[in-house]
Amino acid sequence: MDENIIKIDSVRFYWSKKSSFKIFVPNFEINKGEKVLLLGESGSGKTTLLSLICGFLNPLSGSISINGSTINKLSSKTKDEHRADNIGIIFQQFNLLPYANVIDNIVLPLYFSKVRSANVTNQRESALNLCKQLRLPDDIDQYKASSLSVGQQQRVAVARALIGSPSLVIADEPTSSLDTDAQQIFLDLMFEQISNNKSTLLMVSHDRSLAERFDRLIDINEVLTRED
Amino acid sequence: MLLKLSLSSLYARLVTAGMTVIAISFSLMLYMSVEKLRTSAYTSFTDTISQTDLIIGARASSVQLMLYSVFRIGNATNNITWESYLDVVNKEEVDWAVPISLGDSHKGFRVMGTNKDFFARYKYRGGQSISIDKGYLFEDLYDVVLGAGVAEKLGYDIDTPLIVAHGLQSFSEHDDQPFRVSGILEKTGTPVDNTVIVSLAAIEAIHVDWSTGAKIPGQETPIEEIRKMDLTPKNITAALIGVKSKLTIFNLQRWINEYPEEAMTAILPGAALQELWRVVGVVENLLLGISIVVIFTTLIGMTAIMFSSLSERRREMAIWRAMGASPRIVIGLLMLEAIFISVLSILLSVILLFFSLSILQPWIDYNYGILVNVEILSLRDMYVFMTFIFASILVSLLPAIRAYWFSINDGMTIKI
Repeated sequence: MDENIIKIDSVRFYWSKKSSFKIFVPNFEINKGEKVLLLGESGSGKTTLLSLICGFLNPLSGSISINGSTINKLSSKTKDEHRADNIGIIFQQFNLLPYANVIDNIVLPLYFSKVRSANVTNQRESALNLCKQLRLPDDIDQYKASSLSVGQQQRVAVARALIGSPSLVIADEPTSSLDTDAQQIFLDLMFEQISNNKSTLLMVSHDRSLAERFDRLIDINEVLTRED
Repeated sequence: MLLKLSLSSLYARLVTAGMTVIAISFSLMLYMSVEKLRTSAYTSFTDTISQTDLIIGARASSVQLMLYSVFRIGNATNNITWESYLDVVNKEEVDWAVPISLGDSHKGFRVMGTNKDFFARYKYRGGQSISIDKGYLFEDLYDVVLGAGVAEKLGYDIDTPLIVAHGLQSFSEHDDQPFRVSGILEKTGTPVDNTVIVSLAAIEAIHVDWSTGAKIPGQETPIEEIRKMDLTPKNITAALIGVKSKLTIFNLQRWINEYPEEAMTAILPGAALQELWRVVGVVENLLLGISIVVIFTTLIGMTAIMFSSLSERRREMAIWRAMGASPRIVIGLLMLEAIFISVLSILLSVILLFFSLSILQPWIDYNYGILVNVEILSLRDMYVFMTFIFASILVSLLPAIRAYWFSINDGMTIKI
């Protein structure tokens, strides 16, 4: 069995030939179960790297393998399915569909992934259970997503990323919109849940002080080179 | 799930979506009411006279003959002689004939001389007969029967005396021979409503002392004497003809048109009405055209609203994509929304239409003589609805394709 959940080999990407933004990733690997912090300033290409890993963008050359399948060889339909099956995504902010209620937001990935919904016997119950473990209010199912505080929204996003136990969680600066105390509480809860789930975590941040929680700290500049 | 979320997304934008629905449903309603009025006006118009096979008169164009004989608009260029009329009536193809004599007026309403057969033979709206509302048909020489409109507008009732004026706009009146209202007809929505009907003999009687449109000076025949006279008309203006067999209509028509002793024209009322409608119908077509343009405008408006909501929904699209939704689903969501909006608009417009029509129907019928058919949606309406839904899907494609590009290119970036 492949020990790498992410394996990138000689990947080259740019939007267009004229674009000044061209990146090359010679080699990047993350093992199963690892918690990795990817450090980088904005504009360093980290979002592009995440988009490549999630299969939103296709590399021009090289290969990207996620959980054993080379996603750049997949059709766009299978790629979307593969993403739904394997990756839980937490954005910086505005993670939730504001008009839907909290439970619908959490179970949304299950709608697109047979694999993940097979892991869940009762969708509503396990969504509520995740909420409880993430210290969200007991009556959270009464709320519309838009009525939650930012910290609560981010925790709901964690629940959504983890429901159905995907093998990889990708978090793009999930704490940047939280203050320091809330950051710590959020990270404690997220780590606890990710460990329970035995998922791999790839989190992007520019905050070096978060490093101690992670198994590994990688600087984006070591991963990719800019070809200007 | 998708349906539910799409609905709640729409619900979250209730004001914008609601205004769009209202705008679209009003334009659809405008279209449908114009269409309904148009078809109803057409039916009412072409049903002004029915079950009459031919109308004859002096040589004229069919539209002209139709206009003066049925609609009482304009004047006959000439009369036909009673002898010619009898020649036509005596043809074996002819089942019945009703002579009409026009030319005089009463306070702006046309006076028509005819016989009692007119009330039995004149049919409208696909075979409906004229019925009498009050009183009785003319018994005496000086009895008149009023159309419902005349009685109402002039405030006349049974036994009201009236004087017939000579010609249409003339100051000389047949004041020596006063008439009396003997009956008032039910409202028909046809020109009969605005007609003063007397017997043919009465027309003859009031012109006893007249010659070539002027009163003979000094001559005044007493009424008692007139009553004793033979009042068979010498001329009539037109006649309604019914034939025994429809197959003979064209032969009879040709025979009349080629009648050697007098220049006569026979027309098929249906064909003449159609021809006339082509002239009148231009306005309706214009209205129809305008309401179609209105629908197009609202469709464009809907697209504009979808485009403007797209920037705020770009975020939402990125979330959908991250959850594993394919771009197809993202497009589908937008189209679903367009379908929702158009279906809702259609429902609302139908409700609005029937609500307003059922309120306005009696009024329209009363004032314009157009019976608007409220009950059913025609197959044509269904086609229009389907076309509209299809068109709204088509126009929603534009913002949807844009959303597709957003969702492909945005990837992990969430644009705010």
